[in-house]
Amino acid sequence: MKFLERDIVALNVEVSTPEEAIQKAGHLLSDKGYVTQSYIDAMIRSFQKNGPYFVIAPNIAIPHARPEDGVKEASVSLIQLKEPVSFGSTGNDPVKLVFALGASNSDEHLNVLKMLMKVLGNAENTEKLKLAKNYEEIKSLLN
Amino acid sequence: MDQKESWVTMKILCVCGLGQGTSLILRMNVETALREMGITADVDNTDVSSASSLNPDIIITSNELAQSLKGTPSKVIIVNNYFDMDEIRSALKENL
Repeated sequence: MKFLERDIVALNVEVSTPEEAIQKAGHLLSDKGYVTQSYIDAMIRSFQKNGPYFVIAPNIAIPHARPEDGVKEASVSLIQLKEPVSFGSTGNDPVKLVFALGASNSDEHLNVLKMLMKVLGNAENTEKLKLAKNYEEIKSLLN
Repeated sequence: MDQKESWVTMKILCVCGLGQGTSLILRMNVETALREMGITADVDNTDVSSASSLNPDIIITSNELAQSLKGTPSKVIIVNNYFDMDEIRSALKENL
């Protein structure tokens, strides 16, 4: 299980479209071999087909696809956007934090989601994540 | 109403696009809220294309997916912020 480790978190990332945001968050996972490129393609297809339903809280997007689309390890990456991007979500736009979720079939999937819920269940943490300037500030929220 | 029917546990489905990620987050928070409220219900999660055919009493989902569930006989509850327990609790209170 990989959860917001240093090498899968990127801050102040410039993107101009939701697709690009999903791509960049996904590449953090594929660069480490946790998901395949086809998984990233599937996340983008899901967005194009089902819309921005995965923007599940103000400023927060959690794109994902199915385990069989190419997940090697349960994982969550994060990109913090330099400029927020509109995903077309009525209630939660614009998006500032993109957590790409490598959804596995294992029990670890549930653990990864619980860890994410623990971090994001606290609105204060969300604010800190949006403003974080370096990885240390993010790491301090994970314990 | 058949008296027996009132004893049947309410069926709640949390719905997302694929039934893998965000619906599971919603489900865990809905279960927590129901427990706090002392309500027993059968809570599950699934994807938007199979939701209606499972015939739940209540579907809980995002605003975007609620639009594509128009016409379902189930009651649809919209939750905007999946991490906001206050919103989830009051959405449940209003609709149960």
